[in-house]
Amino acid sequence: MGKPEFVYVTYIATTPEKLWSALLDPNLTAQYWQHENVSDWKAGSKWEHRAFDGARTLRLVGRVVESKPPRRLVLTWAYPDDTVPEEKQSRVTFDLEPAGGVVRLTVTHENFQPESEMFDRIRNGWPKVLSSLKSLLETGRALPELW
Amino acid sequence: MDDVFKALASPARRRLLDALRAHNGLTLRALCTHLDMSRQAVTQHLERLEQANLVATVRRGREKLHYLNPVPIHAIYERWIRKYDRRPLEALRDLKRRLEGEDDG
Repeated sequence: MGKPEFVYVTYIATTPEKLWSALLDPNLTAQYWQHENVSDWKAGSKWEHRAFDGARTLRLVGRVVESKPPRRLVLTWAYPDDTVPEEKQSRVTFDLEPAGGVVRLTVTHENFQPESEMFDRIRNGWPKVLSSLKSLLETGRALPELW
Repeated sequence: MDDVFKALASPARRRLLDALRAHNGLTLRALCTHLDMSRQAVTQHLERLEQANLVATVRRGREKLHYLNPVPIHAIYERWIRKYDRRPLEALRDLKRRLEGEDDG
């Protein structure tokens, strides 16, 4: 794998355990991401990212590559109609590190296909999702109308 | 948030962020070439930007790569801009650009 395309960092006043469950619990992701992340989150399992609407539209799919609660989660990240083999799909890593009473969350997104439509979409998406996640954990309120 | 505004209050650092927006994941050496700035100056600016969390770094092998981290800027946007009507502000910005030509913001 080459160098990552995107690296995002945010500091959140919470614990690694709470942040970990905020990434994986569909009830919480529905609040700040307006999507549900669904899986049993074991290494090798599939995961789904579904819109939190009546139709539960499937937006993203992937596999859990690595899961070390509450420190590191690696997922493949693809559109449901993507036909490229799994090893060529984009990959997202969440690293959670305690940093002086807060948690430093680093999101690394890499391994994009050339000319990928996902590249432009996620460029705007991650800062919103991370701001909303921080807001929910620190104030109890997520950002409204994210998308 | 003070750190963010202080870090952004420098044309050189804004240029540095622009360079990373165009080419994310640059090494120090590549940044110096892109910006035509001394190694020492770029190092100092990067320190300020990292402190403000506007630049994130990762290590790949022996290289340290630098990334634009727009998350703090997004927080500013959420606090002061999104609540107001974004579209009239964009129209004003476009008008200013057309009348004055591009500036460095």
